[in-house]
Parts: sequence; C-alpha cells; structure tokens
Amino acid sequence: MPEISRDEVAHLATLARIDLSDDELDHLAPQLSVILESVASITGVAGDDVAPTSHALPLTNVFREDVVTPCLTPEQALSGAPEVEEQRFSVPRILGEEQ
Amino acid sequence: MSETLVPFDEVLEAYDPAMGLEVHVELNTASKMFCGCPTEFGAEPNTQVCPTCLGLPGAMPVVNRRAVESAIRIGLALNCEIAEWCRFARKNYFYPDMPKNFQTSQYDEPICFEGHMDVEVDGETFRVEIERAHMEEDTGKSLHVGGATGRIHGADHSLVDYNRAGIPLIEIVTKPILGAGAKAPEVARAYVAQLRDLIVALGVSDARMDQGSIRADVNLSLSPKGSGTLGTRTETKNVNSLRSVERAVRFEMSRHAAVLGRGEAILQETRHWHEDTGVTTSGREKSDAEDYRYFPEPDLVPVAPSREWVEELRATLPENPTARRARLQAAWGFSDLEMRDTVGAGALDVIEQTIAAGTSPQAARKWWLGELARRANEQGVDVPDLAVTPADVARVQALVDEGSLNDKLARQVFDGLLAGEGSPDEVVAARGLAIVSDEGALSAAVDAAIAAHPDVADKIRDGKVAAAGALIGAVMKEMRGQADAGRVRELILEKLQ
Amino acid sequence: MGDWLRSTAAELADALAAGETTSVEVTRAYLDRIAAVDPAVHAFLHVDADGALAQAAASDERRAAGTLLSPLDGVPIAVKDVLTTAGLPTTCGSRILEGWVPPYDATVVRRLREAGLPILGKTNMDEFAMGSSTEHSAYGPTHNPWDLDRIPGGSGGGSAAAVAAFEAPLAIGTDTGGSIRQPGAVTGTVGVKPTYGGVSRYGLVALANSLDQAGPVTRTVLDAALLHEVIGGHDPLDSTSIDQPLPALVEAARQGATGDLSGLRIGVVTELSATGGQGGWQSGVMSRFQESVDLLVEAGAEVVEVSCPTFVHALATYYLILPAEASSNLAKFDAMRYGLRVWPEEGASAEDVMRATRDAGFGDEVKRRIILGTYALSSGYYDAYYGQAQKVRTLIARDFDAAFEKADVLVSPTAPTTAFRLGEKLDDPIAMYLNDLATIPANLAGVPGISVPSGLADEDGLPTGFQVLAPALADDRLYRVGAALEAALTARWGGPLLDRAPALEGGAA
Repeated sequence: MPEISRDEVAHLATLARIDLSDDELDHLAPQLSVILESVASITGVAGDDVAPTSHALPLTNVFREDVVTPCLTPEQALSGAPEVEEQRFSVPRILGEEQ
Repeated sequence: MSETLVPFDEVLEAYDPAMGLEVHVELNTASKMFCGCPTEFGAEPNTQVCPTCLGLPGAMPVVNRRAVESAIRIGLALNCEIAEWCRFARKNYFYPDMPKNFQTSQYDEPICFEGHMDVEVDGETFRVEIERAHMEEDTGKSLHVGGATGRIHGADHSLVDYNRAGIPLIEIVTKPILGAGAKAPEVARAYVAQLRDLIVALGVSDARMDQGSIRADVNLSLSPKGSGTLGTRTETKNVNSLRSVERAVRFEMSRHAAVLGRGEAILQETRHWHEDTGVTTSGREKSDAEDYRYFPEPDLVPVAPSREWVEELRATLPENPTARRARLQAAWGFSDLEMRDTVGAGALDVIEQTIAAGTSPQAARKWWLGELARRANEQGVDVPDLAVTPADVARVQALVDEGSLNDKLARQVFDGLLAGEGSPDEVVAARGLAIVSDEGALSAAVDAAIAAHPDVADKIRDGKVAAAGALIGAVMKEMRGQADAGRVRELILEKLQ
Repeated sequence: MGDWLRSTAAELADALAAGETTSVEVTRAYLDRIAAVDPAVHAFLHVDADGALAQAAASDERRAAGTLLSPLDGVPIAVKDVLTTAGLPTTCGSRILEGWVPPYDATVVRRLREAGLPILGKTNMDEFAMGSSTEHSAYGPTHNPWDLDRIPGGSGGGSAAAVAAFEAPLAIGTDTGGSIRQPGAVTGTVGVKPTYGGVSRYGLVALANSLDQAGPVTRTVLDAALLHEVIGGHDPLDSTSIDQPLPALVEAARQGATGDLSGLRIGVVTELSATGGQGGWQSGVMSRFQESVDLLVEAGAEVVEVSCPTFVHALATYYLILPAEASSNLAKFDAMRYGLRVWPEEGASAEDVMRATRDAGFGDEVKRRIILGTYALSSGYYDAYYGQAQKVRTLIARDFDAAFEKADVLVSPTAPTTAFRLGEKLDDPIAMYLNDLATIPANLAGVPGISVPSGLADEDGLPTGFQVLAPALADDRLYRVGAALEAALTARWGGPLLDRAPALEGGAA
C-alpha cells in the first residue's frame, strides 16, 4: 500500500475544497498513511468472481409516479441562505466556467 | 483575440475530421427527476424547489418512473440496447449551481447503449453510431451581477435560482463520427436536426433549442489525412441552434488546422461558442484536477427494466421520422425540393391531415407553403400554429374545386378564418364571397368592358389573344372578384372571334 | 415527581392512560431534570421547552377527547441532532451548520409528531456522526452519567446519556457502525439498530448512506420495541426503504420477557470475542458476556459456536466505504445555500469561500475522513479501495448467511471495552476505530442488532453491553432474546442496572 505524501494530501484537499493549513497537512499525511496501511489488509480478499454489494438488501425499480407535489415556499427555501438577493441565493463571484 | 484560421478547403487537404456529439435533452415530465417539484419554464426564482432538489441535508432522491420510460423510448428509437440492470452514480465536482456538489447521473452503466441513427445529407446517408444515452439531472441557473456584460468574468457576485436543478436530462453520446470529410459540419447539423425531430415525434421533450431544452456539445479533433488515428479533441459547450452546430464544427476545424499548422499541440479543453461572433473561446482546461470520483449512488436502487416493460414501451414508438418522410414523399409525389420545403416549414403534419381530409397533395402543399406560410411569417408564428386547421383548408379547396370559389376569393376566406369569423362556409356566407354564375350578368359585364376598351378589343380581333387579360381584369373588377375568370375569358373570346 | 423520571416509557404510557399523571407533568419533570443535570452531562445541544410543553398539552387534550394517536402519545422523547426538525436547529454537531433551522421534518421526526410524542430537544453527537466517543462534537463532549470523566460512547453519546441520566425516557439514535449500540453498552442502556431499510432515512443527514440506520435508544427492551413500531415501516421518500410491514416487535418483547427461549439456537461468533478476534477485549467485558450466555442457556436456548472468518476484514472495509460516501455527502456544505460562510478576504471567489468555510467549519476527524474518502474514490484507486470494499461486503454478508443457518441469532459483547476516559484516544484514530469492531459487521450486511446492558465490569465497575444480531427483517428476534436476557439479569440484580449509577449533582434522582 502506498505511503500517502504531503503533496498528495494537498491535492486531495484541493479536490475536496478544504483549505488545509501547513500544520494540518503535516499532521494529516502520516495519520492517513497509518489508516491506509491498516485498511490495506483487504487487498485481494475478494476475487473477481465476487459481486460488489452496494445495497444491504437487493431492491430494484423503486420509482415515484410523475406527479407534482408541493414545493417549499421561496422564504423557506432561502431561510438558511447566508445572503439573498432578488429571491435568489447570493454567492461570491464564480471563477470557473459552468460544466 | 482574433484567431488565425485555415480556410476550410485547405483543412480538408491535410486533415480528416473526427466529431463526437453530446446532446442533452430536457424531458417534459410534469415533475423533476428525483422529486415532485414542477418543471415549468420561466417560473419565479426558487419557487419550484424542495429539500431534495435544493440539496438540503437529509433529503433523498426517488426516481421518476416517466423519466425512465422516456429514456428507454429514446433509446429504442435510436436502435439502442436497453440495459437489463443499471445504476445511478454520483459525479462529484463543486459548482455553486449544483446543490449537492455532485450530479446524480449514470456512469459505466447507462440505461441505453450501442445504437445508431442514419443521417441524410444531400442524398447521402451517414450512419452515426450512438455510444450511450443515460439519465441525469440538470443544474440551477446563475445570474452574474456587477460585470459589464452579465458574463461570469468581471462579475462581483452571482445569484442562483435552483428551479432548473433536478429537471430530468437524457444525455445522448455518439461514438466518434469519422469519414464525413467536407460534409462534417452538415452531418453534425443534420444529426442534431434529425435527433430533434425524433424527440418531437416521441413527445418526450419540448425540444426548444432556444430555451435550452436541447443543448449540444460538439467534440472535434483532426488527424493527418489518411492516418487513421484520432487527434486531441476540444469540447465546445452549449451550442444552441442547428445553424451554430454547423458553424461551430466548421470554426473548430479551421482553428485546429491553424494550431497544428503552427506546429503546436491542441489543448484538450472545453471551449465556448459565441453565437454573435461565430467563434469559440477557451474555457476550462481538462486537467487531472477533473477527477469526478464516480461511485454508485447509495440512496437509489438499481433500475432493472423487465423485457416486458421494454416491449410495452417499444409498442408506443412513433414511426421513424426518416421512414415516415420517405413514405409520404412517395405517396404524395413530391419532388425532393418540395419535400425539403415541407419539412423545413414544419408543415408535414398539417399537410398530411389536409390530404387525409380529401385535398390533393399539390393543393394542400400550395396553400400551406404559399399563402398560409406567408401569413405565418407575417404573424411571426410557425405554420402549424396558425388559426387555420387542416379541415378548414380542405373545405376551402373543396369549394374551389366545385367552382364556388376562385383562388382570390379563397384568400379572402382565409382572412376571415384568421380573424376568427367562424368556419369557411360561415365566412363565405357572411362576406358574400360566392362566385356569380349568372350568365346574363356576366355577359353584360363583358359587353361593357369591350365597349370601354375598343383598342384592346381590336387587338383580340386581330388574333392577339394574350391581350384578353386586360379585359378579364376589367370584368373581374366590375364583378368585385366574384366571377369565374375562366368563364369570363371564354365569353370574351366568343364575342370577339 | 421523581418517580416519573425513573418510569419506563411503557409505564408512563400506562400511567397516562390511568390518569395518574399528564403529559405536561411528565414533560415538565424531564425538562426540569435536563435543567438540573445537563450542565454536567451535556447530552443536549438544543432544548425546546416551549415546544415540548405545547405538544404535551395537545396530547393531554387528545387524551381528554379520546383521540389518542399512538400508545406512546404524550411520552416525551429526545432526538439526535442528525435528524432534521422543522423549526428546531439541526447542527449534526458541526460548526458548519451552526444555527441552521431546517424547513422540513425527517420522516422519523414526522412519525414521532404524528404519534404524539413531545420532542424535548436535540442531542449531542460526534460531528456528522463520525466518532465513537462524542468528543468530536464541535459543541463540546457529552459526559457519561456513570462517570463524568468518561466518554458516553458515540456517535450518539447524547441520546444514550440523556436516557441514562433520566433526562428523557426515550431517544432516537442513528447507527452507521455502532453509534446506537456502542453508546448503549457504555451507558447501561438499550440501543437497537433495525434492519437496513426498516426505518426511513429521509431527513437523516447522511454519514454513509449504505450503512446508516435510525433506531430506538431506551432504558428497556420493551420501550425500544414500542418506539421502533412508531418510527419503522415503509417510506416512499426513501428509495431504500423496505416495502413490507414490520414484524410484531412489541409482542416479541413481551413474549421474550416471559423468559422462555426453548428451541432457540444462539450462535457465539468466534471472531467477535477475546478468543478469536482482533483488538483488546477487556476481561470484565468478557466475563459479563459469558454470564449472559449462561443465563440464556438457563432460559432454554442452545449455544453453538459459529465462525465468520471475513469479519476480521470488517473494520477495514468499513473505513473505506464510510469515508468514500461521507466525502461525497459532505460536499454540499459549501457556504452557498445554508450554514456557515467564511470569507478568507474581501472579494474572494466562491471557490475560495468554499475552501475557507470547509476548513473552518469542519473538525479534524471530519477532514481526516473526507480526505481519506476522496482518496479512496480517486481515479486509479477506486477499484483497489471502494470497489474492493464493496466486494468484501458481499463476503461478510455470506458469512452472516452461513451463520444464520446454524443459529437463529448471533451474540457477542457490544464493545470490547467499557467507557474510556475523555481525551484518551482522541489523537489515535485507529484505537478509536477499534471500539466498533463488534458492531460494524451488522451495518455492512444490513442485519439488525440490539445492545442490552449485561452488568458492570469487575475491574472498573462500568457498564458492559451484550449484542444480539438477527437476520435481515427478523428484528423481532432481537426483542425476544433481548427481553429474555433483560428479565433474567434484572431478576438477578434485583432491579434495573441504572439504579446502580451514581447520583448526579443537581439531580434528585
């Protein structure tokens, strides 16, 4: 199992949008390495013939009918917003482009 | 920011284009993909949201059955296989208009896969292979405030409306389209146009490119001519008209060739299409930072359409639009040009219905693509949206055929119909538009016209029959148009020869 | 007044029915108790005295009018702060949600309201349910009523401590890897993790969606069954909810309490004990466990040894699946729509604000698991980690299937040790994770489990727990066996275990 480097933790923090301080990075990298080492034990435990389980019970085809149900009011929808303008969520300027 | 471009013809001398098209179709379900919020376009901001589509902590998704049915019907119409078992997955990335910071989509298990559509360009057929069609959800919409242009750049903050978040989308992805050569731009356009027709025929979407209910992303790459390889591609986002699809392909081909010609490499990136200037500009670089960390959505269970369900849905498919057009063209005896005009005007359905009501194909075409197309143009509406029905047109033509109306009177009947004056017969009665068939009155009017225009009468007596037109016009004017012009001509010639 | 505090929920329901007390009187008694002892215990993050009393008054009116909503109408309850409550703050123990008041109720909360249970308040927890000690709450730890210097277990330490300290007769917990059962064990209370899909997760702020399950936290097995029947059953808002009626749980508890287990096969899982398992199993925990097994045999049960060899991989599997799902679930906390917003500097971009807010708003354990989960899902690692873990889950489920062919229920100690001291394992994640060794397999396979108090460890005089696991959908077996054990132990002790807990300063009880 690979050691997880400080740079790698920094990259993961970028992916996860967490602004980790230098101290946090120093602290986290070795901790994550220890955790990864301990979870490495499962490598190879299950062969290719084993199907993955993503649900504890095998349900399929759970649907709702295409029927409109009541919405929140705009006041409820915006009640937790840090900032509101023109009945919209006001957010800081967006740097990147839309997906 | 002007780009050096290579003229289109020169691009083709050196390179083969490869295209890939990703088309997002917004379904017209009543409720959203994973919750019961309505999907109406243009509602007040944040009035069509609930804990689920707003991504509130604790809320959970439940799949809309009708959205799954629409996905399967689209897949079947595209000759796809329908998965026996598939799942939703989370596509993880952060963006303020995405409430959960992951999009619930499908990843390696799309509901539809391995299909094709045959696209016709100038009589030549190109088979576009469909890689997959999968279900996903739309994002919210941002309004950028404080910038000069309303664009993202220069804005000091943005305002987000989540009404659109969670509206069901079907993303249809082609395999690389190779071998189109010079016709690549037209093939791209024709593919999207035909796909749109198919979506309309299926009735699964409003299919309004101008409102974003169909959005196309265009992938393009060039490879050295004959090399058989695939070059680095760019992805041009949100191309929102058929014309733009064609232009965007053309532009990117010329731009790629220019970059490659300078000995530089194409950057794998997202590009943005600018409708006004007809160019693309660089967007986001596709880097390793773009790691979507897909995994199966644990809040949803697999979708496993039974074969019985799939066959039930197959039975609801409309006739394939291409096949239908070919069948109707043959039955009606239209030329290719006539058929293209018919389809282009969106008049296929109304002409079909008019013919079904007893009108000859040529007469139906004449009214709908002539007089009525002109009226629709004046009113700024599409031909089928005029306040004239196929049954009305059929009745008007029947009156012409039995001699009760001539074309000029028929046009006045359409005036009445468009003004909401009732049925064709009611308009004829109310406006007194029936042709005068009283021989005595006609004969007197002809005699009067001959007397009033002796010079014209002399020419006709001398054998210049073409001059009769002037006398016919005079008679018709006298009769206020309510005469059979053919009979008037006969009378004039009888009297002067 | 004090009598009502020590009454079980079932007894309160009877007393209310007999007109011996009112919901307002009972609710007020609990609110007074909270005011007296919670400064020391810190089980609650938010107390809704006015709301609870209003709901109690409404219950009393219904009783007068003869329009009761459920057998527990009028019996107050505490709710873990991970379930959304319309009009009441829901923080999940995190700074990032400080002050957030949801505009909607979780299905479990809606069912409590529809059954007429006044909601006393929201209980403390490890931030986003990540932890086994409630020390990872951003609002300070909860203290174990048996020894205020010790942990109450976690993540639902608040709910367990509230019930153990007589601050509530009933509480709701959630269990992702043991967060109901392990706190139950270390506080001498009963905790049930129902079959996955048996109780709606709608409105439960997800930690790991494929593992999370809400359930009862109570002082007796019968009370748990009564509460389970209120909150359980199909919910169309949760796609993973089981569309089948619940088994007869209260009936099973009453039947078990008669003490007859003849014909029942009990499987002792080798891998979940000192003899065949990982980790350090405290000897006092093991001797209380053996004692309970002996009592079940006296009640007529037959004991078989079963081996579940892949259980040794359960912990590793869990610590790959949980962070992966959690890293995605917690992405929504981004300062855009609700919760904390931190500006690193004036004019910062949305992305900068997200990064700064998530750094300031999440605690160390949450960040640790988000980074770990991000890693496990990254391209290049998915197959080796998350993908592999999902396969091992299949093997663990198969081990359960095989074991349940030999035994009707499986048993083990709930946790390897009694409550440890606050701070003892705070910076040693692995040591902390080992607390959940015995409880995690049930979450991975989706099977139900209960923890019942089994006594006090000889070496430290602190509570130990006895875990019973049953096949999926057979939650009734938990109640039958749990009630039988409870009856036998209570008879031996001469009263409930909690009677032996020390009195709390400020509290008369």
